[in-house]
Parts: sequence; structure tokens; C-alpha cells
Amino acid sequence: MDLTHYLILSMLLFLTGAAGFIIKKNVISMFLCLELMLNAVNLAFVAFSKHLNQVNGQIIVFLVMVVAAVEAAVGLAIMIVLYRNRGTLSVDDADTMKW
Amino acid sequence: MINYLWLIPIVPLAGATVNGLAGKRMSKSAVSIIACGAAGISFVISLISFFSLLKLAPEQRHVLQVFFTWIASGDFVAKAEFLLDPLSSVMILVVTGVGFVIHVYSIGYMHAENGYYRFFSYMNLFLFSMLVLVLAGNFLLMFVGWEGVGLCSYLLIGYYFDRKSAGDAGKKAFIVNRIGDVGFILGIFLIFLTFNNLNFGEVFRQIATGSQRFPLEAGVGILTAISLLLFVGATGKSAQIPLYVWLPDAMEGPTPVSALIHAATMVTAGVYMVVRCSPIFSRAPLALDVIVIVGILTALMAATIGLVQTDIKRVLAYSTVSQLGYMFVAAGVGAFSAGIFHLMTHAFFKALLFLGAGSVIHAMSGEQDLMRMGALRKHTPITFWTMFIAALAISGIFPLAGFFSKDEILWSAWTRGHHFIWLVGFITAGMTAFYMFRLIFLAFCGESRRSKEADHHLHESPGSMTGPLVILGILSIVGGFVGLPVWMNFGPNKFFLFLEPSLAMTYRPEVHEATHIEELGFAFASILAAVIGIYIAYRMYIRRPKAANELANRFKYMHQFLFRKYYIDELYDFLFIKPAVRISTGFLWKKWDVGVIDNTVNGTGRMIEESGSLLKHVQNGLIRSYAAWIMLGTIAVLLYISFFRS
Repeated sequence: MDLTHYLILSMLLFLTGAAGFIIKKNVISMFLCLELMLNAVNLAFVAFSKHLNQVNGQIIVFLVMVVAAVEAAVGLAIMIVLYRNRGTLSVDDADTMKW
Repeated sequence: MINYLWLIPIVPLAGATVNGLAGKRMSKSAVSIIACGAAGISFVISLISFFSLLKLAPEQRHVLQVFFTWIASGDFVAKAEFLLDPLSSVMILVVTGVGFVIHVYSIGYMHAENGYYRFFSYMNLFLFSMLVLVLAGNFLLMFVGWEGVGLCSYLLIGYYFDRKSAGDAGKKAFIVNRIGDVGFILGIFLIFLTFNNLNFGEVFRQIATGSQRFPLEAGVGILTAISLLLFVGATGKSAQIPLYVWLPDAMEGPTPVSALIHAATMVTAGVYMVVRCSPIFSRAPLALDVIVIVGILTALMAATIGLVQTDIKRVLAYSTVSQLGYMFVAAGVGAFSAGIFHLMTHAFFKALLFLGAGSVIHAMSGEQDLMRMGALRKHTPITFWTMFIAALAISGIFPLAGFFSKDEILWSAWTRGHHFIWLVGFITAGMTAFYMFRLIFLAFCGESRRSKEADHHLHESPGSMTGPLVILGILSIVGGFVGLPVWMNFGPNKFFLFLEPSLAMTYRPEVHEATHIEELGFAFASILAAVIGIYIAYRMYIRRPKAANELANRFKYMHQFLFRKYYIDELYDFLFIKPAVRISTGFLWKKWDVGVIDNTVNGTGRMIEESGSLLKHVQNGLIRSYAAWIMLGTIAVLLYISFFRS
């Protein structure tokens, strides 16, 4: 297994996440897609780290994981408030911030 | 004491500042003490400076004091510098002396007016500007004073700002003066271009001796151009054809203002400037001819208008215009000293005439129409006698001040070959005597034509007003003795001898020597003209009071033509004002301003609004669409980097 395989997998995961983020209406689904993209990036980092025999990539992965955890906390809180106020989790209904 | 030259203008400036800022909260007497005190101190310092100057040897009487460098930019240097020489010393004495007397007079005349402090503040400011004008050692500083007196003139003409006519007159004076000032400042530019210097002494030395920048043989054309441009400035300030129209209207201001600014000092600034620049003018024969012609035409025209006016101040205003014409004739024929001589004596008797007129108006509770006066002699004796003296002086009756100066001008015109000019000046002298005595007879003699109300308050003016009248009356009698003519066998003319150092750089052609008998004959002739004028006035207004009306009826059109002042105001209205208004409203306002300027500004706004309302649809509030845009953007940037930047 050389670097290319990891990178292709990472790219596929990222594209799935990105496509899902644009296509899905449900906030929770979008959130999951976001996590998927983050982890696709993580995979790439780890792969490069192994390939270049450097530890930097793995350190950044931890950083990303922390950010993802924080983001999950804030994101879930927003989702709860959104559902309480609107009774729905569809993002297309939350469109008051516009011209 | 000559080192304290700067105090002369600064003291009135301080007075103006104090009165202007704090005068509202001060009592009237405090305001008058400050204003008159400032003028008085200035006069005393001027006197001391004058005597210090006299102590110097004649060829050293050119004291230039540099205070600081005002502007320095590359080659161009303008300094704040004052020049005291015989010419400017005569001017500061006249300005501060007559100015002080008129300040004192104003205490009585203005005592009941609102804005008392404002009046005195402006008056002091005027003195400051006028003194800067006459003391300035270079053209640019002179221009500062020149504009300053214009401003004060505007402010004081519009003193009664609640009267529309006063406001209009102020604006008219300001605008007409501005036209002249354009010429003046263009002249200054041309002087700087030619001589690379603006200092009087430097410029005149280059003209007299030539320099690398200014070779003598190349000079006449450029000097003529400079002279004509400067003279345009002089016609504006000194009310000559074609820019004289503002002066009669300026009579809307309080009478002391008319006396100080529009008779004795400011309007003579043009004459002073021409004499100061005599080294330039005297080398431009064409410009001199223009000055003579403009001067004599103005003198004649204003005198004919003055014959029929009925407003006491307007008669005097036209008389001022006419006398200023004489001064320009003097300068134009090359007799610069004679012009300054007449300037000085005229300051005395014309200020006196105006102050006397003010006293009459004061006595008549504001009536200015000569046709509603009459027989005032018994009620206002001091005013009558002083005005009578002034009228004799301006008519040129021996041995009053006006005789010597006017005779000197006419005589110079004759000896320098301008025989026709002499004839017109001679006739004008007769007219002058006529309209002056017409004024005296109508106001003080004959039957009373006064209204009941005016009679009720009739009184001689208080001492603060009659005192100045008496002082100026004495000056009108003795003022001419400083320049006794040669034919009286007191040696050469002292006044001219005194002015000589100021005219050192002036080019003077040979004048053919005349015998004393010849000159004496001409002196008699001018007295004769005056006597004839006075006699006709006496016949028409005392012996047969109906004669004037009969004459006016017989030459109805002629009379109307003169009474309406040659319809010059109407002509200017038709030629300049109406078209200007029409172009302004029709094109500049409705087309250019509304159509172009407004549309450009509004169009810019509208364009931004329109393009914004198109772009606003991007901002649709849908998170997924934003995400898609971000993604597309990222891809675009990545593509750009991978294809174009590697």
C-alpha cells in the first residue's frame, strides 16, 4: 500500500462529505458530512506523516480532532435551539438572514 | 521713532480687534475712546515718523523696513516690509489725520445708531488696511491693503444691512472693485514675470537702469502692458470710467464713511498707486495718454451729472469722481506731484463737505433731498460757514487749498502740450464751482422748503461734530500753502521739492520753461472760471429761484439725460447684468447645474443602487448555496494555481 491509495481514499471520503453537505437538507446529516470531510483530511495528514516519516502531520491530526469536538459541541447546541424555535431541522427554512 | 513704523497700522488693528470682539459688552464711550484713541495714536506716530524723515538728507529719505519674510517659494520671495518715503509719509499723514478727525465726528453722528461698536471696529480696520496699502514696500503687500480697504468699504456701505438698497450698493461696490482688481493682480504677475521681483525699489531700479532680465531697449511694450493693467485696478478703486458706477451708490453708507473712505482716502488709492508706480507709467506714453483721456472724460462727465442731482450726498459723490479725474489727468500728463498735491487738498475739503452734509442731514432728521432744505444758514451757522469755505476751496478760489492744487494740474496740462485737455479741465472747473454753490445756495440760502417735522428738530450739531468741521475748515484754507507755486516768488514749490526723492526713478521729459506772467495769467483764468460758475449759481438759485426749473423744462431731454446719469447704469444693466443673469439662470443653473452636475451625482448613486439590486440575489440566506459557492471558489482558485502559477 503506497501513499496514492491512502490519498485516493481520502479524496473519495472528502468528495462524499462535500457532496452530502450541499445535497442534504437536514442539519444533522450536514453535520455528519462535515465530520466526514474533516476526517478525510485527517487521513491525508496521517498518510503524509507516515510517508515522509515526520511527526508533524500526526500532531495536526490531534489539533483537528480537538476542533471537531468543539465544533460538535457548538453545532449540537445550535441544532437544539434551531429545533426549539422552528420545530424543524431543515436548513432551507432558516433563511431569514438575507436581502 | 522711525523704527516703530509697524505701530502705525497695528494700533488701529488692535482697536478694531478689541472693539470687534468685546465692543458689544462695552459702553459707547469706551468704544469711542478705544477707536478714536487708536486713530489718534496712529496719527501721532505718523507725525513723529514724518519729522524723523524730514531730519534725513533728501537723498536718504527712503526708509525700507523689513519685518519678516512673508512668502518664500523658490525664486519668489515676498517680505513684509514697509517703505517710508516722502510719498508714503504724505499719505499716512492724510489718512491718519483726516481719519482721526472723522472718527471724532462719528461719535456725535453715530450716537443713536445700533451696532455702534461694529461701526468703529470697521473704521479702525479700514485705517489699518489703508495704512498697509500706503506703507507697503512691495506690490504684494500693497495688494493686501488694497483688498483690505475694499472689504472695509463693502462692510461699511452695507452698514445699514436691513435696508436692501444698502446691501445692494455694498455688493455693487465689491463686484465692480473686483473687476478692477483682476487687472491689478494681472499687472503684478506681469511685473514679477518681467523683473523677478516685487519690491518697489528693486523693480524701479531695473526699469531705470536696465538689467539682464530687463534690457532697456526692449521695455516700452511690456511697460505699457503693465501700466494699462495696473490702471485697470486704479479705475476700479478710484472710480474712473468705466468702473465709476459704484461710488455714487456707495453713499448708502453712513456719512462719516462717505467722508473717510469714499472721498478722502480709499478712492485716492488708485492715484497713489499710479504715482507710486510712476517709474513704470512715465516710460509708457501710450498708457499715460489713456490715463489723461479717461481722467478728463471722467472729470467732465461726473461734473455734468453733478449739475442736476438733488440728493446732497450724490452731488458730492459725483464731485468726488470728477476731482479724482483731475488727479488722474495730473498723473497722465506726467505731473505726478501735482496729483498728490490735489489728493491731499481734496482730502481736506471733500471730507469737510461730506461731514458738513452729514451735519445738515443730522440737523434735518435724515432728510437728504436738497429740494426740501433751504435757509438753513441761521440754524446751523458753523456748518454753513465751514461748508462755504470748502465750496470756495473746491471751486479753486484764491488763496484756498483747492486753488493751488487745481491750478497746478491745469497749468501742467498746458505746459506739457495738452491744450485741449486744459480747455476741458477749465470748463469742468467752472462746472465744479457751479454745482458746489448750487448745493450751498439750495441748502443754506433762499426760502425754506423744509417740512414741518424737520423744522421741529432743527438744531446745530454737537461739538464733537462741529469741532472736526472747524479743523478741516482751517486745513482747507491753509492746506495749499505747503505748495505755493513758483510765480508767487517764494522759491520753488516746497511740496514738490519734498516729494522729489520719491520720483527719483521717474522718467521726466523736458518741459518748456514758461514765464511767471504766463502762469499768472492761467491762474487768473481758473479763478475767473470759478467766479463765473459761482455767479451763474447765484443768479439761478438766489436771484431768480424759478430760473432753474424753467431751464430744466426748456431743455427737458438734456436735463433728464443728465439727471438719469447718462443712463449708464441702465446701459450696464442691459449689456452686462441682464445677459449675465440670463446665462446664469438659463444655462448655468437650469442646464449645466441641474442637467450635468446634478445628474452626474444622482446618476452615480443610482448606478450603485441598480448594480447592487442585481447582485443582492447572491445573498439568499440558503446555507447550502453559500457552501456550493465556497466550493466552486476553492476549485477555481486551485485550478488557477495549478495551471497558471506553476
